[in-house]
Amino acid sequence: MLLLSLAGCLSLLWPQSNSERVTVGQPRKVVGKRNDPVETRIPVAILEGYHVNSNTPSEEYLIPLKVTWTSLGALEGGQVTFPKPEKLTVGDIPLSVFTGNIDLKVSFKVSAKAAAGPGIASGKLGYQACNNKACFPPKTVEISVPYQVQ
Amino acid sequence: MSALRVTAALSAALLMGCLLEGCASGPRTVKAASLKPDKDRHVAPDFALKDADGRTVHLAEYKGKVVLLDFWATWCGPCRVEIPWFIDIERKNKDKGFAVLGVSMDENGWEDVKPFLAEMKVNYRVVIGDDSTTEAYGGVESLPTTFLIDRQGKIAAIHLGLDAGRKEFEDGIQELLQETPGTHVTTIPGGVPVAAVAPKQ
Repeated sequence: MLLLSLAGCLSLLWPQSNSERVTVGQPRKVVGKRNDPVETRIPVAILEGYHVNSNTPSEEYLIPLKVTWTSLGALEGGQVTFPKPEKLTVGDIPLSVFTGNIDLKVSFKVSAKAAAGPGIASGKLGYQACNNKACFPPKTVEISVPYQVQ
Repeated sequence: MSALRVTAALSAALLMGCLLEGCASGPRTVKAASLKPDKDRHVAPDFALKDADGRTVHLAEYKGKVVLLDFWATWCGPCRVEIPWFIDIERKNKDKGFAVLGVSMDENGWEDVKPFLAEMKVNYRVVIGDDSTTEAYGGVESLPTTFLIDRQGKIAAIHLGLDAGRKEFEDGIQELLQETPGTHVTTIPGGVPVAAVAPKQ
């Protein structure tokens, strides 16, 4: 009963608490021959009213936006180029953040030993979101990049 | 105008003045609009968590004190805005039956928290929280989340994020410190303090 009461109070005070603050869209399919440099863009949507720390946060203690590849399949590399971050101040703390819709540009090279055919490179986008009053624990979102080796 | 009418008019004016400004004859009462009336307060769930010295801290140890229970993390910017307030509030009120208790939600635990406490010169006790603690407190999802707990161990106010300024915390704490067991000052619309008798538990 007490738990329900507390949970009820918190949900009333913070109605969006269960919303996904960051979502990752489907990247464009990567197509190339062996040894080809290829690239794609990962669309990332940050819920209105929220921000995530950029890949280069203003303070060491802040958790950056980061892509970690767990399985590249027939691709190599996976270097990410982030957009230019925005500046935001919360309290007296200057922040380097992303808001709204952004694209992460990812560069791969098709492996010299890749077998022809389709596959998927998998990874995770790690982020830590805040609004101008509160922060939310770090989370990860799955990333899947489809590819076709010709 | 008859003497009776003059007396009645003066009485009405005095009552209105008391309602609007508070009666000056008694001690000034600090009002904190965010405090819940006693009937709406629930007992703060107890927990057993380790502090920086490895000692187990039970919230129940603090019964009889007013407690500011702050869920925070080192990576949380708004938490870092509030923490200097809490350091100062602890310093000013620790001898009046008040304590700040920080619950860090850092996944790396003391590895991240101890250097932060040293850097910020945190003067109050901090423990490392876990999922069961946040669940017990209604699923604390955003940080900072701060609970003001009265001397009876009941939650008198919840602040999510930076929804309260330093003054609101200070006013709430002062009001809770002024409450005596069994009674507390509550606020009716219009901001008039009214002494209320708490229902027996």
